Amino acid sequence: MSVVEAPPTQSDTLEPGSRRSLGSYLRDNEIDTRMVGMVVVLLAIWIVFHLLSGGTFITPRNLWNLSVQFSAIAIMATGMVLVIVSRNIDLSVGSMVGTVGMVMAVLQAEWLPPVIGAGNSWIWLISLAIGVILGALIGAFQGSIVAYVGVPSFIVTLGGLLVWRGFAWLTASGRTIAPMDSTFQLLGGGSSGSLGETGSWIVGGVACVGIVALLVMGRRRRRKFGFTLRPAWLDVLLGVLGCAVVLGAVWVMNSYYLPENLAIRYAEEHGIPIPEGGLQIPLGIPYPVLILVGVTLIMSYVTNRLRFGRYVFSIGGNPEAANLAGIKTKRTIVRVFMTMGILVAISAAVSIARLNAAVSGLGTLNELYVIAAAVIGGTSLSGGIGTIPGAILGALVMQSLQSGMVLIGVGAPVQDVVLGVTLVVAVAIDTIYRRRAAR
Amino acid sequence: MTMTSQSDVTPLVEMRDMSVSFGGVHAVKDVSIDLYPGEILGLVGGNGAGKSTLVKTLSGAQKADSGEIYIDGEQVSIHSPRDAKNLGIETIYQTLALAENQDAPSNMFLGRELMTRWGTLDDSSMEDAARKVMGRLNPKFQNFKVPVESLSGGQRQSVAIAKAVYFNARILIMDEPTAALGPAETDQVRQLMRQLKADGIGIIMISHDIHDVFDLADRISVMLQGRLVGTVDKDDVTMDEVLAMIIIGKLPEEVTTKELEQLHG
Repeated sequence: MSVVEAPPTQSDTLEPGSRRSLGSYLRDNEIDTRMVGMVVVLLAIWIVFHLLSGGTFITPRNLWNLSVQFSAIAIMATGMVLVIVSRNIDLSVGSMVGTVGMVMAVLQAEWLPPVIGAGNSWIWLISLAIGVILGALIGAFQGSIVAYVGVPSFIVTLGGLLVWRGFAWLTASGRTIAPMDSTFQLLGGGSSGSLGETGSWIVGGVACVGIVALLVMGRRRRRKFGFTLRPAWLDVLLGVLGCAVVLGAVWVMNSYYLPENLAIRYAEEHGIPIPEGGLQIPLGIPYPVLILVGVTLIMSYVTNRLRFGRYVFSIGGNPEAANLAGIKTKRTIVRVFMTMGILVAISAAVSIARLNAAVSGLGTLNELYVIAAAVIGGTSLSGGIGTIPGAILGALVMQSLQSGMVLIGVGAPVQDVVLGVTLVVAVAIDTIYRRRAAR
Repeated sequence: MTMTSQSDVTPLVEMRDMSVSFGGVHAVKDVSIDLYPGEILGLVGGNGAGKSTLVKTLSGAQKADSGEIYIDGEQVSIHSPRDAKNLGIETIYQTLALAENQDAPSNMFLGRELMTRWGTLDDSSMEDAARKVMGRLNPKFQNFKVPVESLSGGQRQSVAIAKAVYFNARILIMDEPTAALGPAETDQVRQLMRQLKADGIGIIMISHDIHDVFDLADRISVMLQGRLVGTVDKDDVTMDEVLAMIIIGKLPEEVTTKELEQLHG
């Protein structure tokens, strides 16, 4: 192909050496300035509540509990990002938590024991697997109606919100199902549902190695193709910061100890002598948080590295272009809702394990928290824009506000007012930011 | 109405008796056009003449009710955009059909991503390929990491063209390629089209702009109300004669001097 040089146009020339802000410097080096802003906001919230609560917010105990509480919502928020990015919405996730959670509970408490024997060590896994399959099926069913019949997802999942809440009641005629299988309970992160000290440090160490490996591989790849590299000091700073955050989090988790009476019982069971001044058994990373970390890694991989993720964003950016590019848009939409369903099931498992029971009202209003988390995290309701880490930060911001208000004794009605206002203000700031960034 | 230079060459594309109707209305009725290698065919007509619908049957975006399509003399069936792409037919839509939220490499490879051997997206290779193609087409283009919505009209057009070039298009359909561009960018796109033509690519160009057509096209096919008025060699006709075909549907040999004068009335 012998293509001669095309004449230059004015519009192609770069902005003449105008004064560059820190923001544009970070953006040039592929650092998400929105995300940096959100982290700053989160830290501000923590500090304010710490001061208002007389120093009880930024403590291992509170942060540990906070992390367990926000996990269930954050797991679903990662899926909601894809749903919203593809220009859809899922209002049924709260009710799906109800139905799927109830089914998993009834399975392990009533249906499975007579069949495979009470106390069978597979009960927890079979219940979980069936729950995940059920979630996937419900998601695929709703997604098919959206994609192939063409009913707007708002309507399909609004119907789902009623239908699955109804099924949650019908599954056990409104009874409360308890207790859960003893292994299954670990998923909820109770007193024994965490990794312990050594395991937590190992996870933290692996995470640090992963962070460094990603940065090194990124540099190597960019060098191979001769692309411009980030300044080395910035990569080093990112690596150090990343590892510091990970190890800091592990340290906090390990600084929260088993409550004394439980620690004594644990010591007696394991024949450990109780030292003078009390026994301190570090809890470490709770399993729900570990599950969330796993979900985050997988969802980030799916979103950024697989065709599926790219197609979801393309559909959100321009459905017609995606179609004309030969992308099977309908199948992709079904898969998005299926993914959402699977995440709902995982979240439901965490919730019933934590409660050690399932009630027919399980997950009520979760859809609103999940959507709010995604949106606060920068997911645009007009589609095409959103990130998985953003949604998790969004969930963390909301849970921090809620826990903080509980800590300083703000009543439930005022909590709702604050959360509602936060949602609208967050989106308003985001909208203004984007409009200015587009200039 | 001569095709002297090309009568003994197999056409790259031959569309025979194409018809498309939407609920009883004939958008395209028994239209036959052809396209030769290294040729630019201008497809003109007023609004609703059926130009876009006709080329959509070639790009796989619209099913034809009847008609036959031949590529290199062999009959083909095109049911989807993917079929068309497999035959070397690339389309640049008037809207450009870009995913606005994604960067230039992602758009160039949309639906045909380069993958690593682990089955993951190979963004570095795609960016590299995009830089190389763009380096030939539009060396000034440097914004490979920003969403295409923040690019200028000409840059966006370059992305769409780069896609066609990268995938070795033999047949290029361009729907109103310069409609949304300023004068400098229009020149740039015209220049690009001449390069592609010189490389032996056949281009079907839909345009409202009669000056564009006279500047670039070798032959001109005129449509009116879903039918083909006729196909003429650019060198054999005047702009007024083509206007007469577009507006009153009469061929140059049928049209009277009086009618030509009324066009400007």
